[in-house]
Amino acid sequence: MPTTCQFDSKTGDGIAVRARVRHGTAFTLDVDLCLPGRGVSAVFGPSGCGKTTLLRCVAGLTRPAPGRVVVNGDTWHDDGAGVWRPTHRRPLGLVFQEASLFDHLTVQGNLDFGLKRVPAAERRVALAQAVELLGIGPLLARRPANLSGGERQRVAIARALATSPRLLLLDEPLASLDAARKAELLPYFERLSRELGIPMLYVTHSLDEVARLADHLLLLEAGRLHALGPTAGLLARLDVALAHGDAAGTLIEGTVAALDAADHLMHVRFAGGVLQCVQAPGTPVRAPGQPLRLRVQARDVSLALSPAADTSILNVLPATVRSLADDGPAQVLVALDAGGAALLARVTRKSARALALAPGRRVFAQVKGVAVLD
Amino acid sequence: MLDANSLAAIRLTIELSVLTTLILLVLGTPLAWWVARGRSRWRSPARALVSLPLVLPPSVLGFYLLVALGANGPLGQLTQALGWGTLAFTFWGLLIGSIIYSLPFVVQPLINAFESLGQRPLEAAATLRAGPLDAFWHVALPLARPGYLTGAVMGFAHTLGEFGVVLMIGGNIPGATRVISVQIYDHVEALEYAQAHWLAGGMLLFSFTVLLALHLTQARQRSP
Repeated sequence: MPTTCQFDSKTGDGIAVRARVRHGTAFTLDVDLCLPGRGVSAVFGPSGCGKTTLLRCVAGLTRPAPGRVVVNGDTWHDDGAGVWRPTHRRPLGLVFQEASLFDHLTVQGNLDFGLKRVPAAERRVALAQAVELLGIGPLLARRPANLSGGERQRVAIARALATSPRLLLLDEPLASLDAARKAELLPYFERLSRELGIPMLYVTHSLDEVARLADHLLLLEAGRLHALGPTAGLLARLDVALAHGDAAGTLIEGTVAALDAADHLMHVRFAGGVLQCVQAPGTPVRAPGQPLRLRVQARDVSLALSPAADTSILNVLPATVRSLADDGPAQVLVALDAGGAALLARVTRKSARALALAPGRRVFAQVKGVAVLD
Repeated sequence: MLDANSLAAIRLTIELSVLTTLILLVLGTPLAWWVARGRSRWRSPARALVSLPLVLPPSVLGFYLLVALGANGPLGQLTQALGWGTLAFTFWGLLIGSIIYSLPFVVQPLINAFESLGQRPLEAAATLRAGPLDAFWHVALPLARPGYLTGAVMGFAHTLGEFGVVLMIGGNIPGATRVISVQIYDHVEALEYAQAHWLAGGMLLFSFTVLLALHLTQARQRSP
């Protein structure tokens, strides 16, 4: 067991969690891990894998035995040293799956609840800032019962932020919302991590949310740590079950190189060259030089041995096959290296045989669809 | 219209009901909290004990109270040692009887209210820096308000109509233990039907009005 968790050796920042939770004779959670002390870390896995239990252990709502929680040098729980701080003495914010607002208070009353209990000297997030960030100014006088699901969740997030938490815990904050509300809320989370610099632990079972938000990814399986690392790297790993769903795909980080106003296309430069992406109507216009996250799904990538001249596909990238893995009886998942960027391609076993795909083989990846994430 | 005896009985009954309800709301809160949310294995026996006055005949309850409060009973010896004398056939004895008799009507709604709270609001309060007592005062109590309203109304109305226990431990002392229900009984025994009508009709009307108001309030809370 690591006695210290210094994810960043320069600052000494890091979040150490050692937690064992028993339910009857079975373990619901048994982990000992170290997460970065900044940015968004997603906790991902199927239902019942212990994601929420892990979050509750960090929050102190469940007491692991043995357990140890150290957040950026601040010990919240350490059985070895006899330290146990109950939830209300931990400087954290928690957003539950259902907003859990106090029905007897107005929105303003809910926001003030936590704020009032934090000494003025420890306040770093101004309430006005949280209200503005989440766009809930017009709701302040309303009662929680009269809010929509998305509004309730935004108030819950602002309420947590108002306590100036040193760690924000989010337990599937979008799971109870429909697709439209999710789309409405996701940008707020992106702004949170960028503008306030509060580290976040984000529990989700949506790969979409992981790709959009997470810098770091923690995979849980049956209560145990399955994999842990930077999101882009983990998404491209074939030995991680993540790659084998329908939603399998990789994350590409790039910068806007040029805007093609005539064709409504955006050219994004990344490690492996340039990708042309569609500028979806209604999305903000990007400035050249702006960093961007793209997502390329495995089902949108096909392979060829030579670049086709007459094709409708705009993005054809030279790449090298890194490895292959079975993906069901008829298909194969191919991991590619496109000039340092990772790509996944899902092709039929028959095609893989016809192209003699093997590690080291040079191919051309034809990318049919690219999603712009933020 | 109403004679002096009836007016004295009304005043006494209201005093008794108000005091009983207030004491039950205060004592019932920790009891209901413990029964609803504690982890002790004594919770089930406690729950059964709370509802016992619902099913026991008032005469049984009154009999045991009489024995306990009497000169040789444990409570009687305690009150004598404290220099209060015995409480049987006094207003205070009646108050103790009423508290036990009306216990389930106040405590049960509180138990229900605390149970229906669930764990979540208190967990949310804890993540917002509220300690257990703080969370109880500022989250649990306000959220349990409908339960307090129901408990107060039911406890008050039920104490108002108490008869059997009063006869057993309070008797029929004008101005001290003669409550409305006993006064009605006296009027009927004396064939003073007009007086009995005034009191009985008044009780009927009052109880109905109070219960109607309670149900209307509850209906409004359910559909805001």
